[in-house]
Order: sequence, then C-alpha cells, then structure tokens
Amino acid sequence: MDTVILQHVSKSYEKDVPPALQDVSFSVKKGELFGLIGPDGAGKSTIFRILTTLLLSDKGTATVAGYDVVKNYHEIRSCVGYMPGKFSLYQDLTIEENLHFFATLFGTTVEANYALIKDIYEQIAPFKNRRAGKLSGGMKQKLALCCALVHRPEVLFLDEPTTGVDAVSRKEFWEMLQRLKQEGITIVVSTPYMDEASLCERIALIQTGQILSIDTPANIIKAYPGKLYALTAQKVYLLLKDTRQYAGIAQCYAAGDSLHLSFKDEAKDHPASLLSWLESKGHKGVSIEEITPDIEDCFIAKTSIHE
Amino acid sequence: MSERAIVCKDLTKRFGDFTAVNHISFDVDQGEIFGFLGANGAGKTTAMRMLCGLSYPTSGEASVAGYNVFKQQEDIKRNIGYMSQKFSLYESLTVKENIRFYGGVYGLSDKQLKEKGDELITKLGMEKEAKMMVGSLPLGWKQKLAFSVAIIHQPRIVFLDEPTGGVDPITRRQFWDLIYDAAGSGITVFVTTHYMDEAEYCNRISVMVDGRIDALDTPANLKQQFEAASMNEVFYALARTAKRSAD
Amino acid sequence: MKQFMVFVRKEFYHVFRDRRTLLILFGLPVMQILLFGYALTTEIKNAQIIVVDHAGDAASQQLTTMIAASKYFDISASDKSDEDIYKAFKKGKVKCAVVFPAGFGNDLLNGQVAHIQIIADASDPNTAKTLTNYLTAIMGEYQQQINPTANIPMRIEPVTRMLYNPELNGSMNFVPGVMALVLMIICTTLTSVSIVREKEMGTMEILLVSPFKPTYVVLAKAVPYLALSLIDLIIILLLAVVALDMPIRGSIVLLFLESTLFIICCLSLGLLISSVTRSQQTAMMVSMMGMMLPTILFTGFIFPLENMPLPLQFISNLLPSRWFYVIVKAVMLKGLGIGVIWKETLVLAGMTVLLLTISIKSFKTRLS
Repeated sequence: MDTVILQHVSKSYEKDVPPALQDVSFSVKKGELFGLIGPDGAGKSTIFRILTTLLLSDKGTATVAGYDVVKNYHEIRSCVGYMPGKFSLYQDLTIEENLHFFATLFGTTVEANYALIKDIYEQIAPFKNRRAGKLSGGMKQKLALCCALVHRPEVLFLDEPTTGVDAVSRKEFWEMLQRLKQEGITIVVSTPYMDEASLCERIALIQTGQILSIDTPANIIKAYPGKLYALTAQKVYLLLKDTRQYAGIAQCYAAGDSLHLSFKDEAKDHPASLLSWLESKGHKGVSIEEITPDIEDCFIAKTSIHE
Repeated sequence: MSERAIVCKDLTKRFGDFTAVNHISFDVDQGEIFGFLGANGAGKTTAMRMLCGLSYPTSGEASVAGYNVFKQQEDIKRNIGYMSQKFSLYESLTVKENIRFYGGVYGLSDKQLKEKGDELITKLGMEKEAKMMVGSLPLGWKQKLAFSVAIIHQPRIVFLDEPTGGVDPITRRQFWDLIYDAAGSGITVFVTTHYMDEAEYCNRISVMVDGRIDALDTPANLKQQFEAASMNEVFYALARTAKRSAD
Repeated sequence: MKQFMVFVRKEFYHVFRDRRTLLILFGLPVMQILLFGYALTTEIKNAQIIVVDHAGDAASQQLTTMIAASKYFDISASDKSDEDIYKAFKKGKVKCAVVFPAGFGNDLLNGQVAHIQIIADASDPNTAKTLTNYLTAIMGEYQQQINPTANIPMRIEPVTRMLYNPELNGSMNFVPGVMALVLMIICTTLTSVSIVREKEMGTMEILLVSPFKPTYVVLAKAVPYLALSLIDLIIILLLAVVALDMPIRGSIVLLFLESTLFIICCLSLGLLISSVTRSQQTAMMVSMMGMMLPTILFTGFIFPLENMPLPLQFISNLLPSRWFYVIVKAVMLKGLGIGVIWKETLVLAGMTVLLLTISIKSFKTRLS
C-alpha cells in the first residue's frame, strides 16, 4: 500500500473565491521522493495541511502511512515530520534548545536518532548556542529540517523548504534530501522552482488547485507535445516582440539567454521560414535549434492548454 | 540630468565591526536593466537601502538619478520607484483606489491620475477587475499591478527587490515584459532575483559575495569568464567562495 | 509528563528573553501601584475650612486657633449658619466644616463627652478622609494640652458627616482595586499573546502536528503564567504593605487561595481571547484595551457601583474583577474569613470553570 494517498480531495476556504483544491488525487510510494511543483497559490500548502491533519477537506479521502487523516489523526501526528512554509521554530530559543524541545515533544531524545540528523546538525552545531532568530536563511532551513526529523518520522512533509534561500543553500538542501531518501524516509516536498523538479523521483505539476500531470520528470518531458526550439539573436527583447508577430507561432517566451518557441503546425511552419522572416526584419545573428524541453517548458505548455 | 542613473564609488556600510557592504563600485546607465545578485546575507538589501535613500552609507560616494545619497535623500525618493515581494498594495482597496492613492503620494495631478490610471488598467488588461479588491486578485496580478503602480510617476529608476518570488512561469514572463517596456521608455531597472534564468534577461549583472561585488558584466561575458553553461553555474561558482553566513 | 515540563520550561525562556513581556509582567504592577498609591496619598495643605461656633466659649476658641495655626487648614469664614455651609460646599472652594455645638466647653470641662461635628465634601473621598483625619488629630492634641495627666482617653467625640459620597470609596480601597486590575490585565494579555504568537510564528502548526495533546498545550501555557502571576501578587502585596502602609488584617493563606482562583479565571479568559484572535496585535488590543476600561469602570474601586444605573450594575456583575475586589477588601482590610465571602468565591469559581471549559473546547485540534 502506498504511504500517502489522496483521492478526489477538494477544499475551498471562502465562498466567492475559487476553490484551493479541485478533485486532487495522487499517491506516493514508500521511500519515494515526491515533488509538488507549482507557483504560489496553486494549493500546495493546502495539500500539506490536509495530509498533516491540520485541515479537513471538503470532499475526498486521504491516508498517510495507512491512517485516515480524519479518523486517525492522532496516529498520523506521531509518525510524520512537517516543515511548514514559513520558518516555524522559536526565534528566541537557541539551536540546541529548539532541537531538544521538539525531540521531547515527540517523546524521544536527540541522542536516540542522532545518526539520522548527524550530517545536517554538524553543519550548524558550531552555532548551537545562537538563537534561531539570528541565523541565516540556510541555517534556519537546516535547523528546521533537523527538528522535523528528530523523531525519525516515516513520512516527511516539506512545504517550500527552499523558497527565499539562495542557490548555494538550495543545492545543499537537495543533497540532504537525497541522503534522507536512502534512509528509507518517504518525502513529499513542494517547490515553486521548476528547476528543482528534476531532483525528485516523481512530480505532480499543480496550478490553481488542479493537478496538471503526475509522472517522473523524464516522462513528463517525454510527453511534451510537439517540438520545442531555442532561438537566439543579438537583441533578444526585440526578437521576442517580433517573433510573437509571426503568424505560425503557438508560443514564444524568454528562457534564460534565448527564446523558447513552438509552432502551431509543424508541417506548415518550420524553423527555416521563421529564420528568413526574422532576417527580413533586420535581426542579426539569428540561430534556431530544436531542444529538449525542461520542466518549466512542460509547465507552460500544460497551463496554456488549460487556459 | 546626468547620463548615468546610478554612480557608486567605494560605497561602504558598517554596523559596528561588521562590514555589511564593503567598498562597492559600479555605474548603471539610464534605461539599463541591472541585475543585482547575491546569496542571502551578501549585503544586497543593505546596498539597495542606501541607494534608495533609506540609510546613510558609512563611507564612499554614490549618486542616484544625479542626486547625492548623503545630502539629497528626499530628491532621490522623489525620482525612484520601489517594489518588493513584501511591499504590496493595500489589499482592502480596489485596483483603482490603489492607483489613485500611490499616484497621489507621488504628486500626480487628478488629470494625470485619471489618464495614467486608465492607461495602466488597459495595459494590464484589468478593465474587469478595476473595481475589485486587490486582496482577491491572484498573486501574479498583484505583482504586475504593484510594478505598474511603482512606475506610475515615470521615475528615473525603479528598484525591484525579488519581484517575482513564487509567481508562476507564465506570469513571471509577463512581468518581465513589463520590465522591458519600462526600460524601453527610459526607466532604469535595478532588480534582485533568486531565479537565475531571470538574471539572463538583464543587460548587466553584478554578483555580491560577502559585501563585495565579485563579478560585474553582461550575462554572456560572465558565462564565458567562468566557463559556465548557465548563470546558475556562474552564481554557484561565486557564492561558494562566501565565508560569512549570517543574514 | 516530561513533555509537559519541557513545554513549561520553554515558556519561561520566552518570558525571560523578551523585554516587553518582562516589562508588562513586572513593570506594570509596580508602576500602577505606585502611581495610584502616590496619586491618592498626597498630603493636603491649606485646605479651606469653615468654623461654626455655636458654643463661643474658651475651649471652642482655643481649638479654633489650633486649627487655624495648623499648616493644613485656612479658616475661610466663621460664625455662619448651616445653610451657608452647604452653599459654600456647592461652590466647591470649601472642603470641610467644623461645627461646635452650644455648651461644648462645658461638656468638656465637666468630664462629659463633648461632641463636635465635622462635615466634609466627600465627592473627593480621599481628600475628605485625609482632612477629617487631620482634624481628629488636632483635637486629640488639644485634649492632651488641657489635660496632660488624664487617663480618660478621649472626651471630644467628632461626629463626621461625609457629604455626597457617604460610602467614602477610595483611599484604602484602591490597593485591592489595583490588585484586581493588574492581575486581570497581566493574566489575560500575556496568555493570549503567547498563544497567538505561536499561531503567528507558525510554530502552532508544528505543535499540532505532534503527538502532544492540544489540551496540554493550553495547560502548559497556563502554568508558567500562573506561577509568574503569583510572583506578581507577592510584589503587589509587598509594595502595598511596605510602601503604602496597607494592612493585611485577614488570613494570608486565604488571600492567596482567592487570588489563585482569580488568576486562573483571568488566564482562562486570556486563553479564550487567544482562540478567537489571529494576530498578537489584536490579542494585545482586546486584552489590554478591551479589559482595562471595563475593569477600571466596573470593578468599583474608582466609581462606586452602588450609584450606577441598574444596567451598568448588571454588566459589572459579569466581570470577575468585581467579585475579586469585594473578596480582597473583605480579607485584607476587614479581616473577614471565608464565611462572609463564600458567595463571591462561588461566583468566581463558577466563572473560572465556565471560561476554562469554553477555552479548552474552542482550542482547535486543527487550523481554522
């Protein structure tokens, strides 16, 4: 049986506002590193709160580690680790005090599960007498992870652990998650950064409370409809403006130092005709090549279909 | 009007014996999109505050929109726009009311307010939402609206502090379209971001490490210099050398 | 149990590391007591007084001279009729009047009880009380002078009339009032703010997603503040006794037990406030502003409840502080025991049970 199962879950907070979740279903296998990928307001936090028994869904059922989130909420609360989106530790307690507090709260000791958090804790141990409020973003994140892990949970829920954290800390954080996965802990993690999707085993793309697709990152990329091209020239912004005027373009958007685009009809419109059209517009050094899409490209393709 | 929007020479800020910003020097041209990158705690926010006239530098020189950051802070504030992820519009005012309020703060006349306001609403395609409370808009719309309001008085420079955090990929790109438009109309854009693909959209970028500016060039040149395929790699190579970790 | 203790310890860390909390906890009571104390015990000098001498003998004249000589009084008029006295009082300049009845000197010399009437404007109860005390002291002094060896203690008997506010609320009564006020504000504010802070910081989410029972969270929050409030109580009592010369006539144990009951009642109110508010600011506003004014108005230590219109009297009955005030006055000032105040104690206990039940019930095991 899968560790986390959501079936047809819907939730709305207020009447006039569109629902936070609409008929969401997915399941996470034991020991899997599962990513919820989507922008703010997609419903990621609501999913976490339903799974951690903090919220009741309007419709649908969910189980975590075999327990029902409504009936057996007390059992779930002892076997999950949860790191909410906002940094949620006591700012006026030191690193050590926070850790001991949460260990005791979960009925264990830091020593009992030290092996699990050792790698992470050692990075912040030199500052263990510093108050949590005075730590840098990256260190706070590590401390929060330690606190969520200190009772060796079966399932770890991480709500946007890398938001607002710089690139270096983000990379380190994902390395830590890979190691935890090897310890056999099931991890559900959410992120608004599409480039982090490839670090998960399977992902669900979410937008406005609906799941766009669920699969491995590789399969999602494989399922990209049609071909994607990268276009470059000297003046990228002008190039973007002009290319959007071209009739056969389905989509064209900036992506790093180039433009990504797809054609409405591959048979009629092809790169060569676009290229000559652009050159006639006076663009210099234009080059176009077919590329493999990344998760962000897939997300954009999916959301524009929905619109 | 000077040609350069920002001139900054050996700008330094110390808090006690902690040097948050350590002798940074750079120029930003009028109409340029300047990316201001750095890890958390590298000193970005402190530097930006000094340039916006919100805090005095400890030493060094800088002028923003031609005004001195030591003596002419009020003039600076009148000639810049500011928007951050946290700074948002009033949620309990409608779109129109927000526009009127911020336009009024920057001294726009009633006539200008009406013209600019209508123009802005049309440009964002928010005619239907004009009378809605800002609180009920999706995040991406709020951010686009906040940016448009920040430049409603046609400032010489607009400072953007992580404007696109958490916004979906499509809205993020629409946001950058607005940035390009603003730059096209002559407004200098000074922007910080955690998205490295967005760094590529800037004309030039600087990367701060431990209070210093360790790299400053066009994205293409930086990638060449660091033999990197993407800005992400460039950033990682630089930020990895950081010694300090506090915010 | 160990979890509970760790939780309580954490609460103490929060308190001792936050200057604002410490200030409310220990600064507020000291400030309030001293402020009220000194505002109400200021010495009065050169008060305008009327002397009406119906006796006109040596004794009454000697006594009048002594009153005039004292630094506390200025005689503004003599030999006026009784109606003139009331007129003078209404104008407000005169605070006090002394009336010697006919035959005053005779009564005194013949060893009989000599009566003397003191009339005071008690719309300012503290001044009135102070002035009558001064006058009584002067009379005692005069008696000593005329009869230094006398072993008959007091033959002048002042008959005091308090105009406008016969109950003479104020003075001694303010310490019990301030005790009720301070404990009420501190207990409700600190508990409500400390729970709401967990909500605001997001730590409540983690606490809820832990095996620690939500009811225990509520209790673990209440215990440290109960302890700290008791310390506050000791500080208040010490200040009252040492700095303001207040007596504690009744049983200290009873006083502490009653106070503990009141504190638990206020803590429950704080818990209730915390479960209906979302931000520290709102919690602070509700418990400080929302509680302070009704407590000052309706406890009875500044504005006598007896003189209030019925609807307001009814409202005052809903305030725990109103009952506690009666209890403290009885135990501290009158030295009475539980036999007299069992009714008030029962009301307070009932309120506590009700509030605590509601606040534990309304503390959610889930968000929103």
